[in-house]
Amino acid sequence: MTWQEKAAKAGWTPPGAGWHPGLRESYLYDRNVIAEIQRAAREGIYDIRGFGAKRRLPHFDDLLFLGASMSRYPLEGYRERCDTTVTLGARHAEKPLELKIPITIAGMSFGALSAPAKEALGRGASEVGTSTTTGDGGMTPEERGHSKLLVYQLLPSRYGMNPDDLRRADAIEIVVGQGAKPGGGGMLLGHKISDRVAEMRTLPKGIDQRSACRHPDWNGPDDLEIKIGELRELTDWQKPIFVKVGATRTYYDVALAVKSGADVVVVDGMQGGTAATQDVFIEHVGIPTLPAVRLAVEALQELDMHRKVQLIVSGGIRSGADVAKALALGADAVSIGVAALIALGDNAPELEPEYERIGSSAGYYDDWQAGRDPAGISTQEPELAARFDPELGGRRLANYLRCMTLECQTLARACGKSHVHNLEPEDLVALTVEAAAMARVPLAGTAWIPGG
Amino acid sequence: MSTAVAAFDLAETPLRALNQHLHDLAGTSGAQIRVSNPSGAHAVACGIDAEIEVDIDGHVGYYCAGMNKLATVRVHGNAGSGLAENMMSGLVVVDGSASQYCAATAHGGLVVVHGDTSLRCGISLKGGEIVVRGSVGGNSMFMAQAGALVVCGDAGEALGDSLYEARIYVRGSVASLGADCIEKEMRDEHLAQVADLLERAGIGEEVDAGQFRRYGSARDLYTFKIDNAGAY
Repeated sequence: MTWQEKAAKAGWTPPGAGWHPGLRESYLYDRNVIAEIQRAAREGIYDIRGFGAKRRLPHFDDLLFLGASMSRYPLEGYRERCDTTVTLGARHAEKPLELKIPITIAGMSFGALSAPAKEALGRGASEVGTSTTTGDGGMTPEERGHSKLLVYQLLPSRYGMNPDDLRRADAIEIVVGQGAKPGGGGMLLGHKISDRVAEMRTLPKGIDQRSACRHPDWNGPDDLEIKIGELRELTDWQKPIFVKVGATRTYYDVALAVKSGADVVVVDGMQGGTAATQDVFIEHVGIPTLPAVRLAVEALQELDMHRKVQLIVSGGIRSGADVAKALALGADAVSIGVAALIALGDNAPELEPEYERIGSSAGYYDDWQAGRDPAGISTQEPELAARFDPELGGRRLANYLRCMTLECQTLARACGKSHVHNLEPEDLVALTVEAAAMARVPLAGTAWIPGG
Repeated sequence: MSTAVAAFDLAETPLRALNQHLHDLAGTSGAQIRVSNPSGAHAVACGIDAEIEVDIDGHVGYYCAGMNKLATVRVHGNAGSGLAENMMSGLVVVDGSASQYCAATAHGGLVVVHGDTSLRCGISLKGGEIVVRGSVGGNSMFMAQAGALVVCGDAGEALGDSLYEARIYVRGSVASLGADCIEKEMRDEHLAQVADLLERAGIGEEVDAGQFRRYGSARDLYTFKIDNAGAY
C-alpha cells in the first residue's frame, strides 16, 4: 500500500487533495472554521476537548543555542560531568524535594486518567528520580505507592482533600490556575464519573461535574499568605509549598506568589494541556510559555529570589531542547503532561483502526473528556483501562525522561556548562522577531532585542 | 487518660509550639488543653488528629481548627475566616460569630456557631454538618456536595447556589435562593435530622425543629443542557 492509500484509508486528506482550479479556500473561513460553525449550529454548546492549544505560537523552537567556540570551552560529551540535580523548596521547608533530573510530571487527576495510567506515571518518574503530581480528584493509594516523590495538589474543588494525604505528600501545590484555562475550573463529564471517582469526589455518579474556579477559603494574595501559613502549621513546616499559576499577568503573579511565601512557583503557559476544557478557553486565554518564563524570571530577580524560590515551567515541553531552553531562560525545572501521556502510549499509530472507529485518528486524538480512549489512558471504562500495561507504560516514560535529560545535557555541554542550571540567556539567540521580543534574547546575527 | 489541663499562653509561647504539641498527641485521647491570649492568631489548633479537648479563651483569626480530626475545639470568642475548613470529624464550637467560609469543604464533624456567620458558610461542603444559632451571609452552601446546614436565624442572598446533595434548613427568612436551589418538603426524616443536629449543638430545648423549612438541589444542572444556558 502506498502512503497515499494508507492516508486515504485513515481518513486523512493530504494537502492539495481535492484541489480544483478556480476554487479558492478562504483564509478567514477555512474548512475547520466552517466545520466548527456547523457543529455549533447543530449542537448549541461549546466544543469541549482535551490536549493543549493547537494554534501556532512563538515557542522554544524559535530559539537556538550558540555552542562553544573560540571564546568558550565545550565539555567532553559522556566524560566530563554535566549535573542535572534540582532541589525544590529549601526556602522554608525542612524537607525539600531532591530531584535527579530537572523534569517533573505535572498534575493530572485520577478521574481524568485511569488508575493504571496514574500508576505508570509514578513508576516512570520514580525510576529516574523525579516527582509526579496528583490532580483534581485526590490522592489514590496506587499513585502514592508507586511514586517515590509525590506532589499533592490543593485545588479549588478540594475533592478528596484530607490532612492524612497532606502529611503523606512530599510537597503541596496550591493550584491557582493552569495554562490551558487560566480563570477556569475543572470539568469531568458524566461518562467518566465511575463509582470510584464519584466516591472520591463526594458527587453523584454520572453527573457532568464542574469544579470551582476559585478557592473556597481564600481570596487574593493577602489571604494566600495566611493559607500557606496554615498549610505549614498543618504539616509542621516540613513540606515544600508550590503555587501554580496559568500564564497571564505572570510578572505580578509570580511576585505575589513569592510574597505570599511560596517555596516554588509553577508557571504553566497557554500550551499546557488539559483533560477537558472548552476549545475557546484553550486557544484564546493566556500567554505562551516563552514570554511567561522570562516574565517569571524577571519577577524573581527583581525580588532577589531567583534560585532561592524555584521556578518550574510547563506548557509545550516536548524534548531535551525545550528543557534546555527553558532552563537557559532561568527556570529551575520543567513539567510535562501531554508529552508524558504520549510517551505512555496516547495517540499510538498501532491504534489507528480504533481511533477511526471513534471518529478520530492517531496524531489527532484529543477527546480525552469522552472516556473512550483506546489506549486505556484517559478513561474510566474498566475494559479500556485494563488494556494499559502500567509496567510497560512506566518503562516508556522513564526512557523518554532519560532521553530528554541526555539531550538537555548534550546542549549544556556544547555550551560548556557543568550543570544544566549554568545555561543562561546569553547562550541563546532568536530566529524570529516575535521570539526575540518575548524571550528578550537577540535576533540571530544581530544585537537587537525588540522592545527592550 | 490524662486529666491535667495543659495551658498555653500565646502571649508567651509561639503558635508553632502549641500546634506541634497538639500534633504530637496524634493517636492519643483524653488530653485537655487551654489556650489563652490567642489575639486573633491564624491557624490556631489546626491539623489535630486526636480525641482531645481544646478550649481557646479569646478571638481567633483565620483557619482555626483547620482540617480537624476527632478533637473538640471550643472558641470562647469570635472566629475569623475559614473556621474548621476541610474538617474531617470532631466538634468545633464558637461562642461568638464566625467570619467567611465557615466550615468550607468540611468532610465530616459538627461545627456550631452561637452567633452569626458571614458569607459563604458551608461552601463546597462535603459531608460536614453546621448549626448556626444566628444568621448566615450570602452565598452560603455554594456548590455544597453533601452534609447539612441548620440556620436558626435568616439566610442571605443566593443560598445554596449550584447545590449538589447537601441539605439546608432555615428557620427564618431566605433573602434569595441561588441557581438550582429550591424549597423542598419537610418530611419526618428531615424533622428528625434537624432535631438531632439541634440536640447535638446543645440547643435542642430552646429551638423547635418544626419551625424550619428545607432547601435542596433541583438537580437541573447536573448535566449540561443547552436549555439551561442562562443558569450556568
